[in-house]
Amino acid sequence: MASPRTLLDKLWDEHVVVPASDDAPAVLAIDLHLVHEVTSPQAFDTLRERGLSVRRPDRTLATMDHSTPTLPKRADGSLPVVNEQAGRQIDRLVENCRAFGVTLHGYDSPNRGIVHVMGPDLGATQPGMTIVCGDSHTSTHGAFGSLAFGIGTSEVTQVLATQCLLQRKAKAMAVDVDGELPSDVDAKDLILAIIAELGVGGGTGCVLEYRGEAVRSLSMEGRMTVCNMSIEAGARAGMIAPDAVTIEYLRDRAMAPAGEAWERAVDRWRRLPTDEGAAFDRTARVDACSIEPMITWGTNPGAAVRVSGVVPEPADRSDEKALAYMGFEPGQAMAGKGIDTVFIGSCTNSRIEDLRAAAEVMRGRAVASGVRTLIVPGSGPVKQQAENEGLADVFVKAGAEWREPGCSMCIAMNGDRVGAGELAVSTSNRNFEGRQGAGARTMLASPRTAAACAVAGEVVDPREFTRSPVGAGVGDA
Amino acid sequence: MKPLKAVRSVAVVLPEENIDTDRIIPARFLSTTTSDGLGKHAFHDARRLAEGVPDESFALNDARAHGAEILIAGRNFGCGSSREHAAWALGDIGVRVVISSEIADIFRANASRNGILPIVLDVESHGRLMACGFETMEVDLEACEIRPEGSEPIAFEVDGFMRRCLLDGTDHLGFLLGHYSAIESFDAARDARLAGAES
Ligand code: SF4
Repeated sequence: MASPRTLLDKLWDEHVVVPASDDAPAVLAIDLHLVHEVTSPQAFDTLRERGLSVRRPDRTLATMDHSTPTLPKRADGSLPVVNEQAGRQIDRLVENCRAFGVTLHGYDSPNRGIVHVMGPDLGATQPGMTIVCGDSHTSTHGAFGSLAFGIGTSEVTQVLATQCLLQRKAKAMAVDVDGELPSDVDAKDLILAIIAELGVGGGTGCVLEYRGEAVRSLSMEGRMTVCNMSIEAGARAGMIAPDAVTIEYLRDRAMAPAGEAWERAVDRWRRLPTDEGAAFDRTARVDACSIEPMITWGTNPGAAVRVSGVVPEPADRSDEKALAYMGFEPGQAMAGKGIDTVFIGSCTNSRIEDLRAAAEVMRGRAVASGVRTLIVPGSGPVKQQAENEGLADVFVKAGAEWREPGCSMCIAMNGDRVGAGELAVSTSNRNFEGRQGAGARTMLASPRTAAACAVAGEVVDPREFTRSPVGAGVGDA
Repeated sequence: MKPLKAVRSVAVVLPEENIDTDRIIPARFLSTTTSDGLGKHAFHDARRLAEGVPDESFALNDARAHGAEILIAGRNFGCGSSREHAAWALGDIGVRVVISSEIADIFRANASRNGILPIVLDVESHGRLMACGFETMEVDLEACEIRPEGSEPIAFEVDGFMRRCLLDGTDHLGFLLGHYSAIESFDAARDARLAGAES
């Protein structure tokens, strides 16, 4: 009998075109290549210079999100781009997709969205696939049991031209999450706790497979949040084996297989999970039961503590520098820190469940005065659904801004940003210095926590809201 | 790609750990459609205390850093975003070698595809180099050795394929295109299998 294999082994074996040797990495076939406006123009230029075409336009899918504004079109029909260069990037994507025959969900497509929200929305992301994109949070798609990772622009060129990449197989690391997550603790809290445990370089060279009861009981949205941030632990990718939850999510999605092909696909997907007894290169264990709402205090995503906790003592010079940048002192309580901005969005937390969690807190309450709150749905379909469910009304009534889909304040290259010196609670994935704008100070948290902070005007444990009805809790309007 | 055999230059030490690609080039400078001339944005915010106010304590602002082609950085250099703009910006300011005790996967790939050699050292050797201040050294990729002036050489290991490509200036796209027919037949067989030709 064949020896037991991990999910990573199975994905790898299925896609090796030319095996690795001592002299060269393997040639690996790519099933889905997602393209956006920021990391692709130079790649299309190289194709032109070398007289190459896109080898598999049918496996290439483009959208615009990073430098695309989240304010609606102006009365004259033009896009309110942040500067001329951003506008040129968007135009170039349109031209390149047209010239090379690539399907583009452009500005006016109802499906347009953040690239890592759109793929799953459409059912383009499927178990067993290899998926790449010129964006490090491509790891999101691993939530479906695919091998999905970010690449640089030279590699974008390679995939466009050959639908393959030169790769060495990463190590497999099992992240076993034991026990059950408490009911008012979210997937974002779990992944922040995992990164704090592994460290920001703890997953370097590895593909993480998240396993255990707590992971199995997450929805697809929650699983995507977890896999999304694998890169913040330095990992090449994160993945979760497909199961009934995955299959139900994909059923009837626009690009998912249908009819007989669906049956065959499901059959294939069911054979993907790691075999009993398969060996991992490394293993980490995390206890879900003890996890509480988390928030970051420093300038890397591993610097997370409980919302109810205190700013830790600096462990080294980098920590000291981070504390100086954030303006925090060791021993201070996180709760009670006054905030200027709240951002709910990004490929980590802009899906329908994230918006429902935020709305649950905000319903019947108002954003504290002086706190700017931006809520940005991840895609057109998410926006539509949130409006149908009345969530958008909840946000607008509470005094938050409700925007068009896009990356928004996560990357601050589209007109949305946190001001210099401002303290923000953000549901995105990176709290690096200047990430949300020059001099911006970012604390990462879940949508539930971010919404609670918006209402309180300061850092607050969201359980103070979700455990008490409107009218009896703190910070009510 | 410009081949890299040996580099001899002054080395600049950036002691910070986890220098992410947003530090190397902030996102607001990514609205470009070319890969040229990004050096002017390299470490834009790290170099300044405020707009127009250079941070004199930042090593790359030091006059001795002039013409440096070797960068020695704290653990986990290049983490974060996959932006190749980080490698383009470093290349544009003349950096040809980056040394750390840990270098993020995607940055390492991006660097090597742009003629920049990423070297990962053990903690002890790394520590030794981190203690150097603007010392001249030679990095020899043929011999896989770093030779600081006035101290013992340090041996390093790099992926054999990366080494060959850097030494010869081979570009990966050309290498992949060399496998085109294998790719086509693999694809045809797999497409048929997924379409149900399998049992
Ligand atoms: S939301 Fe942020 S992390 Fe996600 S793709 Fe956009 S810029 Fe990247």
